[in-house]
Amino acid sequence: MIRQLFKFKGGIHPPQHKDISTRQPIKAATLAKQLVLPLHQHIGESAVPIVAVGEHVLKGQKIARAEGYVSASVHASSSGTVVAIEERPIPHPSGLNAQCIVIDTDGEDRWIEHSAPTTPYTEMPASQLRNLIRTSGIVGLGGAGFPSYIKLNPTGTRIDTLILNGVECEPYISCDDMLMRERPEQIIAGAKIMRHALQAKQVLIAIEDNKPEAYAALTNACEHEDIEVVQVPTLYPQGGEKQLIKVLTDKEVPSNGLPVQIGIVVHNVATAAATHNAINLGKTLVSRIVTISGDGVAKPCNLEVPFGTPMRHLLDQCGGLRNDVDRIIMGGPMMGFAMHSTDIPVIKTTNCILAATRDNVTPPSDIMPCIRCGACADVCPVELLPQQLQWFARAKEFDRAQEYNLFDCIECGCCSYVCPSNIPLVHYYRYAKTEIWAQEREKEKADQARQRHEFRLSRIEREAAEKAARLAQKKAAMKNPAAGAQDAKQAAIQAAMARAKAKKQAQGSEPKNTDNLTEAQQQQVNKADEMRAQAQQIAESRRSQAQQMMAGKQAKDEKE
Amino acid sequence: MRFNTPSSPHFHGPSTVTTVMLRVAYALIPGMLIYSWLFGWGVIINVLLASVTALATEALMLRLRQRPVKMFLSDGSALVTALLLGLALPPLAPWWMVLVGTAFAIIFAKHLYGGLGFNPFNPAMVGYVMLLISFPREMTSWPAPLSLTEIHLTLSQSLAYVFGGNLPIGIKLDALTMATPLDALRTELSLNKVMEEITASPIFGAMGGSGWEWVNIAFLGGGLWLMYKNIISWHVPAAMLGSLALISLVFYFIDPAAYSSPLFHLFSGGAILGAFFIATDPVSGATTPKGRIWFGIGVGVLTYVIRAWGGYPDAVAFSILLMNMAAPTIDHYTRPRVFGHGGK
Repeated sequence: MIRQLFKFKGGIHPPQHKDISTRQPIKAATLAKQLVLPLHQHIGESAVPIVAVGEHVLKGQKIARAEGYVSASVHASSSGTVVAIEERPIPHPSGLNAQCIVIDTDGEDRWIEHSAPTTPYTEMPASQLRNLIRTSGIVGLGGAGFPSYIKLNPTGTRIDTLILNGVECEPYISCDDMLMRERPEQIIAGAKIMRHALQAKQVLIAIEDNKPEAYAALTNACEHEDIEVVQVPTLYPQGGEKQLIKVLTDKEVPSNGLPVQIGIVVHNVATAAATHNAINLGKTLVSRIVTISGDGVAKPCNLEVPFGTPMRHLLDQCGGLRNDVDRIIMGGPMMGFAMHSTDIPVIKTTNCILAATRDNVTPPSDIMPCIRCGACADVCPVELLPQQLQWFARAKEFDRAQEYNLFDCIECGCCSYVCPSNIPLVHYYRYAKTEIWAQEREKEKADQARQRHEFRLSRIEREAAEKAARLAQKKAAMKNPAAGAQDAKQAAIQAAMARAKAKKQAQGSEPKNTDNLTEAQQQQVNKADEMRAQAQQIAESRRSQAQQMMAGKQAKDEKE
Repeated sequence: MRFNTPSSPHFHGPSTVTTVMLRVAYALIPGMLIYSWLFGWGVIINVLLASVTALATEALMLRLRQRPVKMFLSDGSALVTALLLGLALPPLAPWWMVLVGTAFAIIFAKHLYGGLGFNPFNPAMVGYVMLLISFPREMTSWPAPLSLTEIHLTLSQSLAYVFGGNLPIGIKLDALTMATPLDALRTELSLNKVMEEITASPIFGAMGGSGWEWVNIAFLGGGLWLMYKNIISWHVPAAMLGSLALISLVFYFIDPAAYSSPLFHLFSGGAILGAFFIATDPVSGATTPKGRIWFGIGVGVLTYVIRAWGGYPDAVAFSILLMNMAAPTIDHYTRPRVFGHGGK
């Protein structure tokens, strides 16, 4: 049966350049002397270290635990000694440093004891599977790095289709292609586990038609399985989750929504293979396949790389960098980001290291004015009006940019690719998004300040009212003879206080400048005391309010 | 070593403003050659004069506005304006008219609005309309197709006429010029003649005017090539020609004696040139897909209205300028549905 395919609007056909890295089989990367494992290799909260400096760890041993719901554990990717837990450069567009666990490898590459579980996965409840996947540190290996166990939790929705994404539409990248060619059985075993966890009705594996070898290998391996391998026509950015769903099912994931809402779950093929390793073999996620490509390296290829391996080490294994390298890109040329240096570790989302020369990337050239040709709108897979968004971003009309659905932009880069005026459109959208986020944070702060102010005003009002009420009560009491007994009590207290004071004076205690005051002075002092007390009270209430707010914010963050 | 870290995408396609503009220019060549073949050297002289003027004016304005001269001069946009205006003017128009029109287009319609990308009106059409309003006699004096006249001016004779107004001895201007089919139609209809009588005249061909139909077919070919090359989308030409055909068909059915056929409307005057090369000008037109359709319909309908009941025999230039004015509003109301936003 040939499945009917659909089309998403737009898309482009950039040159592929995939063949240069698929000429050799996947090789194991040589072991680096030092591995740097960032605690944040995924979307969500950073993991929390559970090892100490000086501790000896084994390959596959958990060294940082997932913290919160959206998080993933980190495991030692080879055996060795933890030599530091400190800030190191990580692969991130900001170029900033972050907390990493640094391991000096001992060269033995010794695995921690692990084994296949005694119960087969078909007899495990879904929650147990999810838990195993979570503790194995598995995140989406397609590039986003979202903790996979969450995407295996349909939370009540009936899952119709599980899609394995083997599209790999970005130029140069071929790690999924090679995985599908060489290890189709792992992908299928993983797919079956995922299907079981989701109770999905059907499983599709989507592959672009520029990977005939991968398609053949998977089709072959699926011969006796109830899994359909679908060849889709090559079109960038088909690997985008929402685009792929549209192509295979004609359904659109709602804006701001998730595929699970329409009964579909999409996982990358490499994630499926990792799931197989975790559930069927008991192996935690410690390595991945990375494409090393571009004219900047002598021998482009695909390597199986332990996480934390410095990129420089891999580039050296591929023959070293040429002198005319223009930039080093993590990911593909369309959506990947350029890095300042090669002393940056490979993490779970590193699918490709592209050592690009001037010939591989488009050198910067003159930016012309927009001629409103609309080529950008023709290729936008989200059917936005990139041109209009660009005008709004440049004019800082962020409200209008949002009205034109700026936040639906997936930053695929199609618009910039086709723009005859060479306008860096995506750059403008990133700028606008960042500005809007900053404004929202500012607004939140201002809201909090306003709330504080309003609270203070209402408190002062309340206190004034209370004071007035007390006064009124007092007056009433004075008029009321029945309150005489209380007055007597007061007088007794006053007398006692006067006695104490006299005693203190008699004992010659430290003279105070507040002693022997005139009545007017005494009144002033009393007033000052009162104000001091009030100030203290205000400070107290602010503190508690701030604490409340912090608690609230934390709760909110956790929820997110 | 620190590497460059520009933001993604790191790839760019082959398209540049220059390639877009040059392709438009290439697509005009067949029409230009046929036009010249059928109507004489005046066409080529017009186009060359306009091109030189446009490039010189563009360079001057860029220098005055302190913009990079080389970058913008080589973008090809001034050349396209010149080609379109040169083709829209009557062949054998006096040299100064071509000069004034082109310079006006580049200076007033383009650079005073901010140059490339910022002109709300199509510069070539602004230049054309300025000349039409200012010099109506010269602008409506069209040479007859060579097939209908005995007199064929050589290149040097044409040059002498364009630059000096001198015709070879014994040749009068009247012998060279002839009413255009659209003009003839309008005059004769106002004399209460019926269509059959009018179109019996040799200046009418099988579809449009004699000679004109071939020019238009050549422009159509160039336009289709542009569409094939993805330089223009089908929306504007299809909507404009479709609406022009439809509305003329309706009136042709109602009274074939007083209204000419859809084919005549499509293959006369500037309809084809306008539909494929001028109304598709991205800068001054609508940009959303639906907006382009409305834009095209507007141009088509206005063209018919002005041709049939207005004060000018042809109306493509006016219609395009009027719709240029409406383009921002059209864009505002024709925003496409965004992926994942329901209401397919």
